[in-house]
Amino acid sequence: MSDQTTATEAPQQERPGRASTVLREILSSSTLVVVMAVVASLLIGGVLIVLVDEGVQEAAGYFFSRPGDTFTAIFDELGAAYSAMFTGAVLNLDADTFAQTIRPFTQTLTMATPLIFAGLGLGIGFRAGMFNIGAQGQLLIGATVGAYIGFTWDLPWGLHLLVAILGCLVGGAFWGFIPGILKARTGAHEVIVTIMLNYVALNLVAWLLTFDAFQREGSNNPISPIVAETAQYPKILGSQFNLHLGFLFALACAFGVWWLMERSTLGFELRAVGANANAARTAGMNVTRATVLVMVIAGALAGLAGSAQVLGTEKVLTTATAGSLGFDAITVALLGRSRPLGTVLAAILFGGLRASGPTLQVQAGLPVDIVFVIQALIVLFIAAPPLVRSMFRLPAPAIEKEVAA
Amino acid sequence: MKTFTRVSALAAVAALSLAACGAAPEDEETTSAEDTAAAEETTEAAEAVDFKACMVSDEGGFDDASFNESAYDGVQRAAAELGIEHAEAESTAESDYAPNLEAQVAAGCDLIITVGFNLGDATAEAAAAYPDTHFAIVDFGYDEPIDNVKSLYFDTDEAAFLAGYAAAAASGSGTVGTFGGMNIPTVTIFMDGYLAGVNYYNEENGTDVTVLGWDGADGSFTGDFSDQSKGQNTTQGFLDQGADIVMPVAGPVGLGAASAIQSAGGAWLIGVDSDWTESAPEYADIVFTSVLKNISNAVFDTIEATMAEWSNEPYLGTLENEGVGVADFAEGTVSDEVLAALEEIKAGIIAGDIEPSTAG
Repeated sequence: MSDQTTATEAPQQERPGRASTVLREILSSSTLVVVMAVVASLLIGGVLIVLVDEGVQEAAGYFFSRPGDTFTAIFDELGAAYSAMFTGAVLNLDADTFAQTIRPFTQTLTMATPLIFAGLGLGIGFRAGMFNIGAQGQLLIGATVGAYIGFTWDLPWGLHLLVAILGCLVGGAFWGFIPGILKARTGAHEVIVTIMLNYVALNLVAWLLTFDAFQREGSNNPISPIVAETAQYPKILGSQFNLHLGFLFALACAFGVWWLMERSTLGFELRAVGANANAARTAGMNVTRATVLVMVIAGALAGLAGSAQVLGTEKVLTTATAGSLGFDAITVALLGRSRPLGTVLAAILFGGLRASGPTLQVQAGLPVDIVFVIQALIVLFIAAPPLVRSMFRLPAPAIEKEVAA
Repeated sequence: MKTFTRVSALAAVAALSLAACGAAPEDEETTSAEDTAAAEETTEAAEAVDFKACMVSDEGGFDDASFNESAYDGVQRAAAELGIEHAEAESTAESDYAPNLEAQVAAGCDLIITVGFNLGDATAEAAAAYPDTHFAIVDFGYDEPIDNVKSLYFDTDEAAFLAGYAAAAASGSGTVGTFGGMNIPTVTIFMDGYLAGVNYYNEENGTDVTVLGWDGADGSFTGDFSDQSKGQNTTQGFLDQGADIVMPVAGPVGLGAASAIQSAGGAWLIGVDSDWTESAPEYADIVFTSVLKNISNAVFDTIEATMAEWSNEPYLGTLENEGVGVADFAEGTVSDEVLAALEEIKAGIIAGDIEPSTAG
């Protein structure tokens, strides 16, 4: 990513930056390439699982005297790993009750919720030609505002949740507005500004959490009080499932983003700016306004991702609230090719990978790092469509598809 | 280039096939009676007891060179010595806590140990949802005890007090330093005890040894538990101000402090959590002493005790039960007089006559 950054720093305005060329290349890769990237990542993950397994290593030590052992060990290990992933992310077939059987999938959807929100926002940015790395910070600031409203204010049912959600939205939007206005007015590159604002946000939250106003009574630990029940997303499938209203809200946002980008004039403008800012300016579009708006919308959606954490699953604010969600969301948006439907599906895939972490560790005894390796491999393959095409002998695309089309 | 590739490929294949030429393990019936007896004995020693201890880390992971790792060592030792089954789950984000706990309950864990105050809520929630499973949490206490949760925490200020006293006595420059990873109670309790120990030395001996980096309420913090260069910078700053003994309370960041002290020379380091002459042997020559926090023993003892009978009685590590303590001092740094005084102070702290913290 760093060389893309420096490339776009070139003063010439005439030619589109290398970053946007790469971005366009990624976005125009075919669905098949994306699917194959996921498959390849899972396969390589499997190879790694086999390589580190002690049983396989032991059996491989006497491979030539009894090769069967090695293969049995390999199949046992892979079987354990993939079945643990399935049990953790899709269905638990050993469970006694129906609720327990489908619980893993609801967990996957729960884990996917913040990724949908943040991924949608990033997707808009990518299509408008903005490489926004700041979802992490926007999410955290949104979560901070929303959580603060959640645990200090005392409002009636319904209203409290609405206000808290609005708080998340405004907080995130504000944190997105800063790089937007800096880019529009001064040309400050959004990649650098958003990365730096991530640090500012993280340290700001760490600092806020040292104050009594953000801590629990009688405790000095940097962890906020629990958000009031009136400000929490209600659980939509009953209390035995973690799936909360935020998921439906995320789906609604996905529809909203689809309408915005595909059906509205504003969306057309944003896409035009992303395709070629100079042409858009010549055509009389307000590029400055579009730049700021994109970042504000992306920030607002990242802030809502924060609401899924503090009002949905975690219910408290700590410095770890954002986890690595803001960065995972970048992958999700790229994997979903920045389209709302794609983003939702990619988020569910990543939610599933995330949800399989505990069973992978506890049932199969594998390190959770395998999940991150798979995620990272997906990024790698997505960023290099020709690599995937050559691996699976896919035909090269005949014509580069136009993003703005 | 091509030749090189070929040669390396050939070498790799050769290495692999040679490695794969080992003999397959023999089947049982060919072993002699003697061997069988021996084998039976070993099986007995390592026989799986019907008890499963599980552990959930916080974001630090089990290789954090700090409390997650200490706690994990306790589980490993229990598995080796008591023959229990075990399972671990590392959390990489806050949203992993609850799923990790649930997966362990589902896997039939008898005792689930969570590490750190961050897991306080998740542990309490899981304990309420699964009243038949026993839980223990390291470094965190609940205001209201929960029937199936045992808290393990440590009065590390008692041990740090001794280290502070000894540091004040050993300092040639009359200035000592300390810094933390973050301003949180489990860190500042070390710094509190250290400061109180130095102050106590000043009172007793009419000296004026100063402590850099902590004044009882605020001080120097690196902001995280991972960036060693911050530890190096902070320590260099202390050394420049004349400090000759520094205690970093910041997990692996302390290694940065150690390297700053080693390259500067003429100064000492106080390790925390474990004995750094063992855990960081490359710096053994500059370790003045270490403030020990025996999380690993506490976890081991908790597992052993729970196998016999459950009790939610909190475990509090003190000087008295050796849950906390100080390691041996570097040779020639502390006079016999001071050692005698330290023994007296230790007795005083255990008896409650000496308050080991500035917080009162």
